[in-house]
Amino acid sequence: MSEIAASTSKGHIEVKNFSLAYETIEGAVQAVTDTQIHVKPGEFVSIVGPSGCGKSTLLNAVAGFLKPTTGIVTVDGERVNGPSAERGMVFQQYSLFPWKTVRENVEFGLKMRGMPRSQRERAARTLLGLAGLEAFEKHYPEKLSGGMKQRVGIVRALATGPKVLLLDEPFGALDAQTRVIMQQILTNMWQRLKISVLFVTHDIDEAIFLSDRVYCMTARPGSIKAEIPIPLERPRQQSMMMSSEFLALRRGLMSLIREESLKAMGGEINDMGMQGLNIELHGHSLADVI
Amino acid sequence: MSSPALVRHPEDSMPATALAEAGPAPAAIAPPTTPPSFGTLALRWYRLNRAGLRAAAIGVVSLLAFLMVWHLLTTYRVVFFVRFTNVPSPLAVYASFSKAIHDPKFLMHIALSCRRIFIGFSLAAIVGVPLGLIMGRFKLVHEIIFPVAEVLRPIPAIAWVPMAIMLWPTNEQSIVFITFLGSFFPILVNTLHGMSLVDPVLVRAAQCLGARERSIFRDVYFPASLPHIFTGLTVGMGVAWVSLIAAEMISGQYGIGYFTWEAYSLVQYADIALGMIAIGVLGLGSSVLIRGAGKLVMPWRTT
Ligand SMILES: Nc1ncnc2c1ncn2[C@@H]1O[C@H](COP(=O)(O)OP(=O)(O)OP(=O)(O)O)[C@@H](O)[C@H]1O
Ligand SMILES: [Mg+2]
Repeated sequence: MSEIAASTSKGHIEVKNFSLAYETIEGAVQAVTDTQIHVKPGEFVSIVGPSGCGKSTLLNAVAGFLKPTTGIVTVDGERVNGPSAERGMVFQQYSLFPWKTVRENVEFGLKMRGMPRSQRERAARTLLGLAGLEAFEKHYPEKLSGGMKQRVGIVRALATGPKVLLLDEPFGALDAQTRVIMQQILTNMWQRLKISVLFVTHDIDEAIFLSDRVYCMTARPGSIKAEIPIPLERPRQQSMMMSSEFLALRRGLMSLIREESLKAMGGEINDMGMQGLNIELHGHSLADVI
Repeated sequence: MSSPALVRHPEDSMPATALAEAGPAPAAIAPPTTPPSFGTLALRWYRLNRAGLRAAAIGVVSLLAFLMVWHLLTTYRVVFFVRFTNVPSPLAVYASFSKAIHDPKFLMHIALSCRRIFIGFSLAAIVGVPLGLIMGRFKLVHEIIFPVAEVLRPIPAIAWVPMAIMLWPTNEQSIVFITFLGSFFPILVNTLHGMSLVDPVLVRAAQCLGARERSIFRDVYFPASLPHIFTGLTVGMGVAWVSLIAAEMISGQYGIGYFTWEAYSLVQYADIALGMIAIGVLGLGSSVLIRGAGKLVMPWRTT
């Protein structure tokens, strides 16, 4: 645990004047434009938005896999130039190494750091214990359920003690119950490690339940449509999801997203769908409305 | 299977992981255990391996039927489009087999063929696998080598025989060279194919765990390509035997291919079939060896 806790209260992500276009045969595809986001040290921030709006693009740029077309991404003031162990990442496709056992997967980052075998074995066991996976350390990932795979994925990303944890729809493929358990586990780990988290999701409830703050993106080309602080107190319980406060946040976020999703799907549907919705949010942040 | 507590119920169709997902202690759910008797163990083993046993039983019956048909066709010297008049019967082949295994010359033929395969195939693997890995990782190397490989690849190893004889000072070397060529291209091509299928997400995962080029190569690209590398090795081994036998028949003085061809010239028909069967058994044996090696090297693969 000591190695992991070392990253306390660092991990200030800043994305400024960011835009990113993919080069294709048909020309440049503008995926994200004019975006500013930040994550304060130890903060849990989510990004929601309609499908294809550039959430993964943004996250991959923070991870260092993509270079911004304009703008700059920094972590603790240092420019992001490529992937590094400072920024742990959890992918939707489980992305465990199939040829490594659960423990070897978790050890991998420590091995890359040159930690001696016995020491990293011990560290991996401790971490797996925290995630309730110690009984499966010798299993190959293929034998695990989706929820367990993703738990290993999170533990693996955290093992090297990154400053920030980036998650791209990590629970998208899981069933509802497993999702809830996973959210709880992620919250626990985050609170224990005091690490900054940038979390991409489709699921509005998930975003509200987990986050300190939620960014809502517009349809492609994506930019930030609204920034919504989530003032729900912690520790959060499942029962909070029924509270009027939660439901109000949910309603607001839902209409923001619906508006963008309809835009993304094309004009006709937009006209049809908006009649029933009756919201006027254009240009305002949700905070102004509720 | 995961925990012993769950393996005890093979009829339980619920996957072990589904149960374990619910809580950290699946063992706690299990009822108290008494060691099962030998009888129940045997019964369970039978149940779990029923499909395999069935396949084995049918396989044996089918082989026996093949021998029976062969026996009948040759004893009655059937002529029906093909002529079985001179074809040796299974019993005759068995007789020549029991003589041959005490004959040091026959054993030497086999040993020599195996040695040629071993050297030629090993060289092909030692060159082909790393070359494929490097070509898959570094575009420039791919661009340089791929065109040459594509031109040479369709040439059957047998067509290299005259060239090989010119290239190499001894007969032995040219035969090994032909064996090498036969297995080299399947190994190279499959390794390349494996490299092209490596999941980029795994590469990214390794990168953000701090892996540098060398470890990405060793810990991601190489293991991810292993299944295809082994496909290449299996195919390559098959082609190695094809090429070897052809080369031995044309230019050899020793080897099981030469033995088979010589048997024809010397009108020893039973030895022809003996040579053929020996080739078949050796080919089968070597591919079993490769499959076994694959299982050892890739313990994560269940099938
Ligand atoms: N390599 C690429 N080349 C060209 N266009 C791309 C590429 N990757 C993504 N895009 C486009 O950029 C846009 C943003 O993609 P991105 O994957 O970031 O969206 P997303 O918000 O993560 O979507 P989803 O919710 O479906 O995961 C999409 O419209 C997509 O079609
Ligand atoms: Mg995405």
